[in-house]
Amino acid sequence: MLRSRITPVLLLREGGLVKTRRFGDPKYVGDPINAVKIFNEKEVDELVVFNIDATALGKEPDYKLLRDIAAESRMPLCYGGGIRDAEQGARIISLGYEKVSISSAALERSELIAELSSRVGAQSVVVTIDVRRSGILGKGYTLYTHNARRKHSVDLFDFIRKAEELGAGEILVNSIDRDGTLEGYDLRLARKIRETVTIPLSFVGGAGSVGHMEELIEAVGPVGAAAGSLFVFKGKYRAVLISYARP
Amino acid sequence: MVCIINYGSGNIEALANVYRRERVPHVVADNPRDLQSGTHYILPGVGAFDPTMEMLERSGFRAALEEEVLGQRKPVLGICVGMHLLADGSEEGTHPGLGWIQGYVRKIDLSRLPSPPYLPHMGWNSVQIKSSTTLLKEIDPERGFYFLHSYYFDANETESVLATVEYGGELPCVVGGDNIFGAQFHPEKSHRNGVRLLVNFARFQ
Repeated sequence: MLRSRITPVLLLREGGLVKTRRFGDPKYVGDPINAVKIFNEKEVDELVVFNIDATALGKEPDYKLLRDIAAESRMPLCYGGGIRDAEQGARIISLGYEKVSISSAALERSELIAELSSRVGAQSVVVTIDVRRSGILGKGYTLYTHNARRKHSVDLFDFIRKAEELGAGEILVNSIDRDGTLEGYDLRLARKIRETVTIPLSFVGGAGSVGHMEELIEAVGPVGAAAGSLFVFKGKYRAVLISYARP
Repeated sequence: MVCIINYGSGNIEALANVYRRERVPHVVADNPRDLQSGTHYILPGVGAFDPTMEMLERSGFRAALEEEVLGQRKPVLGICVGMHLLADGSEEGTHPGLGWIQGYVRKIDLSRLPSPPYLPHMGWNSVQIKSSTTLLKEIDPERGFYFLHSYYFDANETESVLATVEYGGELPCVVGGDNIFGAQFHPEKSHRNGVRLLVNFARFQ
């Protein structure tokens, strides 16, 4: 039976790993190669690496570092950050990544999803959305980009439906409100997204325990239960400890 | 000497890393001439069928590989789209395949999946081993492998199906016979089981 993927999410900034809280207050966590080595030993299901600087600073992906990370990794890899065209996506795939993620570039120009999908195959295209609760009683959801600084007016459910039609293979949903809080996934958001598209999904933001992952899987079926803080910190004072666990 | 064919598609480095860590003699063939020193061939592949088939032909590797595999009967293992290339053709494209294992590559039938997610088939899934082939010795079928695909190899002969995966029906995930094999999943990214399979292939007689 297809199992849910338990996926660490690593954030890169200036060549080092960082972790954020509600997309702010980045704290240095360590060296990415070292983290990958530890995850290899733990036989992790898959790994997502996001460069959180690239898009905001208009920078190209750091291909050398990406190559080094891929060379070390024994698990399936996804990279996102600063990918603006299909050629960059294809180049990253050829460095040894199974999937590439696009976010703000897809919101600015949705045709990119189709272009990337034709170039590398739908199975390798992830569209990542950063989402914040909004509206009366926080019942609505709004899309953001550029580290939660830029708000978008497009309806997020329309956008992901379109992404699926254009050839995305997976949607990765990042809850800005839950990021770094270890309070649990936004299950209401997760259920609504599961009802909207039929392609694989991953959720990140809020996972504080394996129990939270079980709740997510119970709510939406086989899914990527992704986590940042849970796998890089330990304890109240956020001491750095790379770990892994599965339900 | 395991020869990993670098014709422009697939995770060459990850495959080479497995063999390097396991101390299995291997070489990456960047050039069709490099095939001569090989005893076993790995044909990787990611992306779509037609462009991958075209790359194999344009690179000159097709002709050289035919000589080693069909002529000299040396073993070859196609991985992911590399496995699809071994078929007669694919629903994903219009280009004919190599036709080395009889069968056609078809899209996974969504109507047989109970609920979303549907496609691509993404993640770790168990396999059912149907053959005592040495290729699959000491594999833990329950742990399975990492899959990432929307098309599968519909082999003509039941004997060609060495292992299956349950996803909208029983889909062949390892096919083969004589000296020609294909694996749908990514052994280079499937930890222990993947390493086992790649090493088994290197030792295949």
